[in-house]
Amino acid sequence: MKANQFLDFEKPIIELEDKITELNRAAAVQNVPVDDEVKRLTEKARKLRSEIYSKLTAWQYVQLARHPLRPYTIDYIREISDDFVELRGDRAFADDPSIVGGLISIGDKRCMIIGHQKGRNTKENIHRNFGMPHPEGYRKALRLMKLAEKFRRPIVTLIDTPGAYPGIGAEERGQAEAIARNLREMAALRVPTVSVVIGEGGSGGALALGVSNRILMLEYSIYSVISPEGCAAILWQDPAKNRDAAEALHLTPKHLVSLGVVDRIVKEPEVGAHRDLSAMAAELKRAIYEELNYLGHVDEAALIESRREKYMKIGFFTEDSP
Amino acid sequence: MSWFKRSKKSLKATAPKKNMPDGLWQKCQYCGEILYIKELEKALWVCSKCGYHFMIGTDQYIEILCDSGTFEETHTGIRSVDPLEFKDVKKYSDRLKQSMSKTGREDAVITGFAKLSGRDVVIAIMDFSFMGGSMGSVVGEKIARAMNDATKYRRPLIIVSRSGGARMQESILSLMQMAKTAAMLAKMSEERIPYISVLTNPTTGGVTASYGSLGDVIIAEPRALIGFAGPRVIKQTIGQELPDGFQRSEFLLEHGMIDMICPRDGLRDRIGDLLEFFCVAVAATPSEADKNEGESSAVS
Ligand SMILES: [Zn+2]
Repeated sequence: MKANQFLDFEKPIIELEDKITELNRAAAVQNVPVDDEVKRLTEKARKLRSEIYSKLTAWQYVQLARHPLRPYTIDYIREISDDFVELRGDRAFADDPSIVGGLISIGDKRCMIIGHQKGRNTKENIHRNFGMPHPEGYRKALRLMKLAEKFRRPIVTLIDTPGAYPGIGAEERGQAEAIARNLREMAALRVPTVSVVIGEGGSGGALALGVSNRILMLEYSIYSVISPEGCAAILWQDPAKNRDAAEALHLTPKHLVSLGVVDRIVKEPEVGAHRDLSAMAAELKRAIYEELNYLGHVDEAALIESRREKYMKIGFFTEDSP
Repeated sequence: MSWFKRSKKSLKATAPKKNMPDGLWQKCQYCGEILYIKELEKALWVCSKCGYHFMIGTDQYIEILCDSGTFEETHTGIRSVDPLEFKDVKKYSDRLKQSMSKTGREDAVITGFAKLSGRDVVIAIMDFSFMGGSMGSVVGEKIARAMNDATKYRRPLIIVSRSGGARMQESILSLMQMAKTAAMLAKMSEERIPYISVLTNPTTGGVTASYGSLGDVIIAEPRALIGFAGPRVIKQTIGQELPDGFQRSEFLLEHGMIDMICPRDGLRDRIGDLLEFFCVAVAATPSEADKNEGESSAVS
């Protein structure tokens, strides 16, 4: 792995782990007894990991959610099944590569899967627009959801976007309308819907794939009305206050569960999804399967009603007694 | 929900201010013409020279849209509890208090029953002077309840939007109000309750990306700023100047995002005409249709 892609707080852990690997390699080659030293360092690494990860700041969550090595939608799709068939285009203007979607089997369940897609390098990011959709992306997503509904297939969405793209074309082609329509149509879908925030849940661009029966979040993902940087720039009028903004926005999975927005947190490998893709994908697949299994027993009317009820309950206020 | 408290305290009733500077004259922000305030008031705060629509208060929209004396406010006494104990350079709770005393409102929207051109309607009017008309839990809840009223009493819904978007100080809860209101609109749509969305200057962000853009008919006031991302953010992102008239009502009309632009003085009649059309057309069964035909001939 490329060391410069790790976060500052990950580096001491990585260094220890590299040292252990090095010792083990040396032991294998030269037949030197290193057991005690390896044991000592392994224990040290374990302690360091739990020390760092047990008290992550909100900003560290943001960093993990945006980690350059973090798995993206297509990485999970490849791990979950080898029968994925991508479907493209909004049938109106273009195909938006910042959202991918298609048919997939999750265990014995045939589903529609749709997710934001970021790029791994500059070239890919230009193609994927850094995972920031244009209206066409939301319209493609809705087309695929309606297709799934028509053939009574459940829908899974994976959320990972900094937000909707703020550009001239996006406004001309009705970014707001595209998002709004998705919210309304998703609320009324007659099939089970499960959304998982796998990285960044950035505002309206995230929500446009996220009005579902069940909302899950990976352990080190975030979900917020605005990026910490955007919030700092507007409310503090100081972009350097992004750490304060991250704390204030309550954007971690635990906060979101306590606010009644998120239903379930999917555990990540101890040091984050990017350190063990196959373990993460297996856990994600298991969680999605369980949710689909449960929702598969709920009838159509109850699916819609309970989904709407779930959103009707979100919010905190005081009310005078009449 | 542990933060949900019922309190008996009610807000002091203060007279809503009209947010207009004192004095006899007012300069048009668009063409620079100096206008006599009494004339401007009579013209519903529309510049007589260039047609610029001044930003006006919630009470003025009630006067413009509702038949005189018919507006009855609903869902009062609902206030924010600052669920995240949010603090930036200022506490959210202090911002709320200031907005309440400045506007005499409890939050950035009022809802009510009224008559419009003789027809019973449910109406919601957003208030930009309350924290930029931003939508948090209270705005979302009141809008959703107004939608519920419209559905329950089978009355058309009119929402006059003016908003900077989702309220950052309630973070994810504000974002979720977009889903909440859109989910209610799905139900209203299924029940075939007409919804007219009136977009006024400015409407951006989470309100445009939820109920603002979901009207059966969308009407905008002339030259209103309407969009998802704010112009400043777009300019920063793309690093170039924005075209003239970008994100104004005329631009939206040209790009197919709204049905029509209607000046203030024609708004009530225009909405009345639209409702006439929809309210007769929604009848499903022959007996209902008969009844409606009887009603409409009785009205005319
Ligand atoms: Zn003028």
